[in-house]
Amino acid sequence: MPYKVIIIGSGPAGWTAAIYAGRAELAPLVFEGKEPGGQLMSTTAVENFPGFPEGIQGPDLMDQMRKQAQRFGTEILSQTVEQVDFSTRPFKVTSQGRVYEADAVIISTGASARRLGLESEQKFYGRGVSACATCDGFFFKNKKVAVVGGGDAAMEEAMFLTRFATQVVLVHRRENFRASKIMQDRVAANPKISIIRNAEVLEIFGQDATRVTGIRLKNTLTGEVSELETEGVFVAIGHSPNTKLFENILDLNEQGYIKTKPGTTQTSVPGVLAAGDVQDSVYRQAITAAGSGCMAAIEAERMLREV
Amino acid sequence: MSLELNEANFDSEVLQSTVPVLVDFWAPWCGSCRSMAPMVDTFAAEVDPGQLKVSKCNADENSALAARFNILAIPAFIIFKQGQEVARFSGSFSPEEFKEKVMSHLKV
Repeated sequence: MPYKVIIIGSGPAGWTAAIYAGRAELAPLVFEGKEPGGQLMSTTAVENFPGFPEGIQGPDLMDQMRKQAQRFGTEILSQTVEQVDFSTRPFKVTSQGRVYEADAVIISTGASARRLGLESEQKFYGRGVSACATCDGFFFKNKKVAVVGGGDAAMEEAMFLTRFATQVVLVHRRENFRASKIMQDRVAANPKISIIRNAEVLEIFGQDATRVTGIRLKNTLTGEVSELETEGVFVAIGHSPNTKLFENILDLNEQGYIKTKPGTTQTSVPGVLAAGDVQDSVYRQAITAAGSGCMAAIEAERMLREV
Repeated sequence: MSLELNEANFDSEVLQSTVPVLVDFWAPWCGSCRSMAPMVDTFAAEVDPGQLKVSKCNADENSALAARFNILAIPAFIIFKQGQEVARFSGSFSPEEFKEKVMSHLKV
């Protein structure tokens, strides 16, 4: 017997879809994937999710969504999907060599932190290079660190790191920041944060392979190369959608996001729906992801009723 | 249940252990650590205790140990054999990837 609905991904979009599908007695199956809970698992206080006037910790919010989905009969597999076949119905989803079938699939694989793409970044990953200030900032007490990026996330990481580090250097490859005015103002007012503009990271270097000691920067205007001493490098240069699995299967836009029919969560394959950051390069909020997860579940339910 | 490590028992449980030891350095404020925890517990229950001891160390409460082993990112998984670090990896993994990574260091 195929499942009625399979949901791939376990961020706010995936769990909301599961809550709605579960309440509609569709007994959904959720594949949690490689980063269970999604991006909110590496945040601290979420202050803009309605219903939590005092804020809520990102991981706590995700725990609660997961529990709520379970309450309505969601089956959960802590596995990653390796392959999908949407060419015939029922759709096929493969994980750990086993094939699962479903009448409808909701894709909520989200987005993952982008990396610089340097070999030296890979080499020092977890040894001074980090993509999660809230996880790793603690280990940089009384050290000097660098944050690479120019958006709100980079500003937030820089602010957060001032709790531990003696000095935080924000490195941005352009002149102007993408970050909101309020975050830029907070950063500018913080005496522990200094800013280097128009600088591209060429290389991260260190002592053998266990400790970062600095980064090599290139001024994008003059071409001048300089070195910045730092023991930590926090990369906050945005996110890219997790759509590798769906290349040549679903229509994606130039940035790799899944295309959906405006006002719906329908992809280029009828019966396959997409919700959350995997199809949204504009809003990218927990609440918008949850909203589109709800839409996807309702669309799946209506479609299954018609079949 | 995996063994809880602290500054008092680390040397005897890990460095002087006759079987290889996997140490999961984690902290309560680390979301990825929390999402990896159930998987590590499942793994601990499955593994032959004569082959590998699975343990965890709260890096927040035991910051001296974190500093001693140069922990700069969590979750960090370190495998010790005869008191020596033989492998280290950090980040989020699927259960199968995790198992494979750990088991590959236990051979020979």
